[in-house]
Amino acid sequence: MTARRIIPCLDVKDGRVVKGVKFVGHADMGDAADLAARYRDQGADELVFYDIAASPEGRTLDYGWIRDIARLLDIPFCVAGGIRSVEQAARCLDHGADKVSINSPALERPELIAEMAERLGGQCVVVGVDSRFEDGEWVVHKYTGDPDARRRAGKRTLDWLDQAQGLGAGEIVLNCIDQDGVRRGYDIEQLAAARARLTIPLIASGGAGAPEHFRDVFRQANVSGALAASVFHTGAIAIPGLKTYLADQGLEMRL
Amino acid sequence: MSEVAVVAYGAGNVASVQFALERLGASVRLTDDPAVVADAERVILPGVGAAGYAMTRLAELGLVEPLRAFSRPLLGVCLGQQLLFERSEEGDGVRMLGVIPGAVRRLAPEGDLPVPHMGWSRLTPDRDDPLLDDVAAGAYAYFVHGFACPDGPATLARADYGGAVPAVVRSANRWGCQFHPERSADTGATILKNFLSLPC
Repeated sequence: MTARRIIPCLDVKDGRVVKGVKFVGHADMGDAADLAARYRDQGADELVFYDIAASPEGRTLDYGWIRDIARLLDIPFCVAGGIRSVEQAARCLDHGADKVSINSPALERPELIAEMAERLGGQCVVVGVDSRFEDGEWVVHKYTGDPDARRRAGKRTLDWLDQAQGLGAGEIVLNCIDQDGVRRGYDIEQLAAARARLTIPLIASGGAGAPEHFRDVFRQANVSGALAASVFHTGAIAIPGLKTYLADQGLEMRL
Repeated sequence: MSEVAVVAYGAGNVASVQFALERLGASVRLTDDPAVVADAERVILPGVGAAGYAMTRLAELGLVEPLRAFSRPLLGVCLGQQLLFERSEEGDGVRMLGVIPGAVRRLAPEGDLPVPHMGWSRLTPDRDDPLLDDVAAGAYAYFVHGFACPDGPATLARADYGGAVPAVVRSANRWGCQFHPERSADTGATILKNFLSLPC
């Protein structure tokens, strides 16, 4: 078995962690490296760094910055933001990232998933999916990092998950946009439906507001990990207390 | 200060291994030079991704024989552990370094467990070994793999993931970790420190 993973997500802009509500409007939450070191010490199981400015600015992540983070951390971390080619993904890994997460570029050209999996191994290829409930079904959105560019991707979420897995993705992060930043709990129904469709690990994202939300998503949607941002950055939920609580609830946690 | 050569052959998590060793005060040399590998005090063979690609790279660089012949402490990490075995069933089959008998197979856990095996699993040591000094039974290590080594006489510690997964193996002066010690917090650091302390 594996312990359920608690994964703080750091949305980074110019080395600072920012967090928006429903993806729009951002507040400064501190220095990214400082926050990463704090989460490491608090027992985070993994970290995700998302360079929110990279894709809108038509660039990819700062490799030197990845290297600095890799030096600092003794837990795994994933990077995302503007990765559009196998070469860029390989360079992120060469500089010390353990996984790369791709989202809109995979929607534009799904074969990118297969190319990355073949060259780098599927285990380091994470596909991030931004999903929203519209007209009675879950649909994928793209360019969600940029309020002016965000739009429907023209795919049903569950279909896209099937396709991404079939192309060789090693893990899915399903970000339920309706829930993002509003702290009313994870979208259990959608995540359980996704879990039932997938054989690769699934990470829940969007909606964490209380320890019970983590308990519910692990118990009811059987996800491998739960990602959250603002509740950790603001200190509303402390990771050590959260993990102890979840262990007391009978979930396997790394304490 | 311990000196260690990390084989940088374009198929691995070289930077994170390097940084983990540097955090322990080791002097790290990244190399793809067969002569440097052959003369090294101790060697770490990292690796992620496909076994076929990794073996092709090792062959192109002339590293297969120096690694096979290396008799001082060698540690294979993740794919690097798998490469120590004879062959892998990945693709149409891949011939590997063959310093430990047996074949690497696709992970097929019982129950409804996701593949790849990704995350923190507990280590259960099978017997004492200097590599595992001060590693408590049940300590967590970070795994990411879709193939697994054969469970045999070389196994030093196992993880349970819908069946026994060899987590640490040893044959003579060659050790392997299926998990990533460089990303396994204090447990991983202890194992790397133990490796750096092994007599040459």
